[in-house]
Amino acid sequence: MHRRPPISRRNLLLGAAATFGVPAVLAGCGSGAPSPAPSGSGGGLGTVTIGSNASDEIPKKTLDTVLKGFTQAATRINTVDHNTFQENINRYLRGTPDDVFTWFAGYRMRFFAEQGLATDISDVWQEIGGGYTQAFKDQSTGADGKQYFVPFTYYPWAVFYRKSVWADKGYEPPATLDELTALAGRMRADGLIPIAFADKDGWPAMGTFDILNLRTNGYDFHISLMAGQESWTDPRVRQVFDTWRGLMEYHQPAALGRTWQEAGQSLAQKKTGMYLLGMFVAQQFPEADLDDLDFFTFPEINPAYGTDSIDAPVDGYMISAKARNVDGAKAVLKHLAQPSSQDIATKLDPGTLAAGSGADTSGYSALQKRGAELVSKATHIAQFLDRDTRPDFASTVMIPSLQSFVGEPAEIDSLLSSIEKQKANIFR
Amino acid sequence: MGVKTRRYSARDVTVLVAGLGVAVAVNVSLIWGPTLASIVLSGTGWNGIGPIEWVGLDNYHDLAAEYPPFWSAVRNNVLWLAFLGLVATPFGLFCAVLLDRRLRWSRVYQSALYTPVVLSLAVVGFIAQLVYSSDYGVLNAVTGLSVDWLGDSSVNIWVVMVAAGWRHVGYVMIIYLAGLKAVDPALKEAAAIDGANERQAFFGVVFPTLRPVNVIVLVITVIEALRAFDVVYAVNKGRNGLELLSVLVTENIVGEASRIGFGSAIAVVLLVLSMGFIVAYLSQLFREER
Repeated sequence: MHRRPPISRRNLLLGAAATFGVPAVLAGCGSGAPSPAPSGSGGGLGTVTIGSNASDEIPKKTLDTVLKGFTQAATRINTVDHNTFQENINRYLRGTPDDVFTWFAGYRMRFFAEQGLATDISDVWQEIGGGYTQAFKDQSTGADGKQYFVPFTYYPWAVFYRKSVWADKGYEPPATLDELTALAGRMRADGLIPIAFADKDGWPAMGTFDILNLRTNGYDFHISLMAGQESWTDPRVRQVFDTWRGLMEYHQPAALGRTWQEAGQSLAQKKTGMYLLGMFVAQQFPEADLDDLDFFTFPEINPAYGTDSIDAPVDGYMISAKARNVDGAKAVLKHLAQPSSQDIATKLDPGTLAAGSGADTSGYSALQKRGAELVSKATHIAQFLDRDTRPDFASTVMIPSLQSFVGEPAEIDSLLSSIEKQKANIFR
Repeated sequence: MGVKTRRYSARDVTVLVAGLGVAVAVNVSLIWGPTLASIVLSGTGWNGIGPIEWVGLDNYHDLAAEYPPFWSAVRNNVLWLAFLGLVATPFGLFCAVLLDRRLRWSRVYQSALYTPVVLSLAVVGFIAQLVYSSDYGVLNAVTGLSVDWLGDSSVNIWVVMVAAGWRHVGYVMIIYLAGLKAVDPALKEAAAIDGANERQAFFGVVFPTLRPVNVIVLVITVIEALRAFDVVYAVNKGRNGLELLSVLVTENIVGEASRIGFGSAIAVVLLVLSMGFIVAYLSQLFREER
């Protein structure tokens, strides 16, 4: 649900500071009057309001910096705590939303576009389309074939490890599931917990399910399963959980009481050998250790699919259906689609990559370069379970179900038939 | 035949309408309206945006038969009530009785027991995590155990109830302490003269005179049990063994999910449960007044 971490105390404070601080600053600019664009002139397009969930320090600074370079209209950013923004998105979009708002690509975007809550921006795409690959365009396209979303940044999911630990013990990145299992066995013999794991927040286990399903059954099956078109009692799904159960003994125990930050720290402290997570795991590493962080893509399970798909959730911007300043909003989106804008983001946040193909990758860190390479090799890019399916299914069915599997990995059949029944109730 | 006398002057009517009307309007718009709306919505499928579809009792069937968190939530709510009612509340009374005996340092004990009450339950939840976390928690560090107190769904509800009870004890204690101070010492004296020992004097004389306080405490306990939310939400958003009805309502309605019909059905279940207690309490109260 919230891959950016609004959970640590530091971020909580920052979130609060952002939520309460921004209006205060705005008020300082003169009772509710739009603050002029920092570059001076308000341009010709009036004022554009932007609803942002970038309550963490770095993403917030990124957006501020990017919009400083925008001169066609004055902009006003309303920052809301990341979590709160997501939980209230329905009411927000039905009420009095800002012109532009931060959101996620894929099904999550389509869901709201279908409800008529987003403005069609196909005309914007005619201009910016050349700057994105087809995969990104697909992720920005609604069920009706029109575009509703402008990708800004993204980050891949992979298995992370510390180079120094691996070099020390002579571990090699595994290429197949058997090699992974063998490697995990060696790690255990060496006194390491092989696979760091945490699912207290409910969503990290979705990443494991995604990659196992993508590797076992391929992208197309995964996406139609997410869309509610396949049965969860299908033997193919059952096989995914069987594989997972086989790996469970190598996972860090007591995962349901641990946050991903704690698991990330166990990797940083060399207590665990590897960790399947998004690139944002880098945030748990001290600056000095960042160069020691590397990753490999989850190994092949079914040769028919190899390693052709990964999860790489895309963050970006949309225009609400109730936007008052549509022309200004479209100009903002065009500005955000500029490679120069996305370069600012990737420089400030080493955990993300620029979505546009034209972005300057020469400033990337070693980790970012490897991330970009990984994504460019993937034939299919999935978003993440909670972005590839209905939000109600993800949060009220999949979170409790995956947690129950993590708690009792042996109970697969009853779990799958329970998911299937609940799915039928939601996708009716 | 006779002239009909007007029983109310225009002024009376105005006062009546203004006085009663406001109360009725507030009551209807803030209490009965939303309650009825919940009941009606519980028979529909609605995502908060699209058209409202009538589905009859489907939501109730789905949640009872096919939504595993529902029964855990019902069980946990009942456990919560039983724990507060049978463990925390009697313990609070016990502390109050001891403190009422003017022990040495009794002010210190009193403050120590009462301090948690000023904390919000969400804060209690955060404190509980510092104590119970399996990796960095105090409990495992001190005892040398490696139990996953908060992650293991068979134990987490118990340790969280202990945390909630920690606060509840102080609350109940202070109310009983006030009640005990108001008991006429002459009663205890009379009981002692009649040869009653401490226990007999307490259960036969003092406790019955605390009746009004008992009723208040009972109501508080039931309310606390039914509205429990903050602790579990702070710990893990009320999932994985910590489900409560109030959390499920929020999870389904407020979050991004917006299963408003389904969430309303859970809310109606919670309403029926609460009504049970309220009706029992009120009928008891009225019976006595007669």
